[in-house]
Amino acid sequence: MLSILPQVLVDGLTLGFMYAVVALGYTMVYGILEFINFAHGEIFMVGAFVGTEVLLISDSLGALEGMNPYVAFVLTLVIAMALTGGLGVLIERIAYRPLRGAPRLVPLISAIGVSFLLQDLVRFTEAIARNEFYLNTPMLFSGSISLGVASIPTKGFIVIVLAIIMMIALTLFISKTKWGIAMRAVAQDQSTASLMTINVDKVIMLTFLIGSSLGGATGVLFSQNYGTIDPYIGFILGLKAFTAAVLGGIGNLRGAMVGGVLLGLLESLSGAYMGPLTGGAFGAEYKDVFAFSILILVLLFKPEGLFGEAVKEKV
Amino acid sequence: MANIGWKSIKGIPLIFTLIWIAGFAAALHFMDKSVIAFLGILFSIILIYYTNTSKNMRIILGAAVLLLIIPLVAGDNRYYMEVASQVGIYVAMALGLNIVVGFAGLLDLGYVAFFAAGAYAYAIFSTSQANQFIPGELFPLSGEAFWPFLIIGLIVAAIFGILLGLPVLRVKGDYLAIVTLGFGEIIRIIFNNLDKPINITNGPQGITPIPQPELFGIKMSTPFYFYFIVLIVIIFIVIANIRFEHSRLGRAWVAVREDELAAQSMGISLLNAKLAAFATGASFAGVVGVIFAAKQTFIDPTSFTLMESIGILVMVILGGSGSIPGVILGAAFVTVLQVQLLKEFSNFLHSLQQSGIINLPNQLDPSKFQRLIFGIMLILVALYRPNGLIPAKRKKNDLDAIKGSKYAEGKLGILSKLQGKES
Repeated sequence: MLSILPQVLVDGLTLGFMYAVVALGYTMVYGILEFINFAHGEIFMVGAFVGTEVLLISDSLGALEGMNPYVAFVLTLVIAMALTGGLGVLIERIAYRPLRGAPRLVPLISAIGVSFLLQDLVRFTEAIARNEFYLNTPMLFSGSISLGVASIPTKGFIVIVLAIIMMIALTLFISKTKWGIAMRAVAQDQSTASLMTINVDKVIMLTFLIGSSLGGATGVLFSQNYGTIDPYIGFILGLKAFTAAVLGGIGNLRGAMVGGVLLGLLESLSGAYMGPLTGGAFGAEYKDVFAFSILILVLLFKPEGLFGEAVKEKV
Repeated sequence: MANIGWKSIKGIPLIFTLIWIAGFAAALHFMDKSVIAFLGILFSIILIYYTNTSKNMRIILGAAVLLLIIPLVAGDNRYYMEVASQVGIYVAMALGLNIVVGFAGLLDLGYVAFFAAGAYAYAIFSTSQANQFIPGELFPLSGEAFWPFLIIGLIVAAIFGILLGLPVLRVKGDYLAIVTLGFGEIIRIIFNNLDKPINITNGPQGITPIPQPELFGIKMSTPFYFYFIVLIVIIFIVIANIRFEHSRLGRAWVAVREDELAAQSMGISLLNAKLAAFATGASFAGVVGVIFAAKQTFIDPTSFTLMESIGILVMVILGGSGSIPGVILGAAFVTVLQVQLLKEFSNFLHSLQQSGIINLPNQLDPSKFQRLIFGIMLILVALYRPNGLIPAKRKKNDLDAIKGSKYAEGKLGILSKLQGKES
């Protein structure tokens, strides 16, 4: 039973870093607008589809042959990030901005609407274009890197490395650049920030742009790692990424990363060991129950998360 | 804008409504399977609501349409009664959710779990499924058991509601939405996998044949009977909704919805108010779940997905959360759209396809566009009518009447200070 442990840990890490990057998107939007962007999981899904489509189309054009897989991968990633980033900004403009200042449930409802709309739009487009909406992604990387006890597939390795690069870049952006400081100011207090000549609308747009393009990039990573995608992958993954964000303390970038990795590891471990440990009574099919139970338990006992600060309510 | 228009007409003239009802009833009677006539009859309920006549008259008219005209004119048509009872089931559920979302302001995205609890309670114990884990060949029960199970379903779902409510009390707003969503998924996964180690729910295969209700030896197997069962349940739920709305508890819910902190400082127990909201909303869903199981004679976990929860939420929000007529309208509209209009449109396209006029891939079937339509509706409602199609009215207290009443002879407290400003 222990012999599979290294492999389980590697799988868990891959999954966990994926959760972590998607969780960053939730955390950024929540930090600034105090609002759960329900559609973020769908942006991830769109990213996966854009990436797959780019690869499928260039494959059918013959452009993929002879091209260095890393170059192809980076190109795909850039296209997917640009499109999903734009999509995020568009969604904010149409469905969220008019609702700023409305009661809190109203933008949430609009976000649920956007998320359902995107699922069917993607299904619709794929059904017209390819007559099916379960797509197989052309795989760019096939080898694996041996680590002695476990072997890590190249694609999984790329997920982990890229996720770490994206996180570091984002952290640097937020802490060092002018726009990053503006973001933090808006997160603190929108009206004061606007008095300090910060264009709040632009900052919020930028937040959606960055968060969504990160989500889209993770979509490409996901499709490369698992091979098959469908329009409904975003919802559950988004929910789990949100769980990761809550686990780490929502609004907190470092928390989102730790939460994501932790959740991925827990899920992978429970998927592998729950069956054997309970004598087959509860198998891997309960691993989602596990993730959601963590969400509920964290919200109950430590709603501020592992790294968050408890917020005192203003009276 | 639109409201000013309504007010200047002061409602629809009675005679118009009567002609409308008579016209569409006749049309439905003489033309076989006319969808428009059937929708016209259903729409007459809305007309009656806006008719310019006394409240009692409107209730009588509405009852006449629901209890006499629809069963008489469409009663022998299985299809219409099926649609009508389907509409009824969703109206009842939406009214239950209205208590949680509309009155108490607790966004519940796992509502269908309570529906599932009721449905499974009846399904497991009325079929031989229960023999799997209860010794002695006691099951299946006969259709007579349906009636007590209405109450049992209610209690089971209420217990589920309290179980969910207890932990959830500590979170609020959008966190609550996510937690309830997670809860709904957990329940669905459990029902989907509880065929081992002990086979309780029979897993993804589902449970069948669930007995249909029996009363005095009459087997109620056609949609005609279910229409009446659902209608009676709806009447109960509507009355309960109205009574709750104006009760002490109902006002506590509204206070919690508007401002938790202020409500708490006015002496409202958040714990009790929220738990009561969850339990009440859930118990209605439980009753409807029992009816649903008996009507379908087969249930499996696919009937209790997140889509269903979202669908019911769309009904409540589209109609106007907190507004009883609004929720009824929203539920009827969404259900008719889903079970009838989209299907008709699909059939129409299929017939076009079969005759070779157009060529459509199978995946473009309009009946599969539920999510797209729900999504657009949610966004549009959030943007343009955040209070729904028929917004909830706040009951206003007439200060002059209070001042003139016999209770005003003593001290009026704060009211007496309003004297100068009011007149």
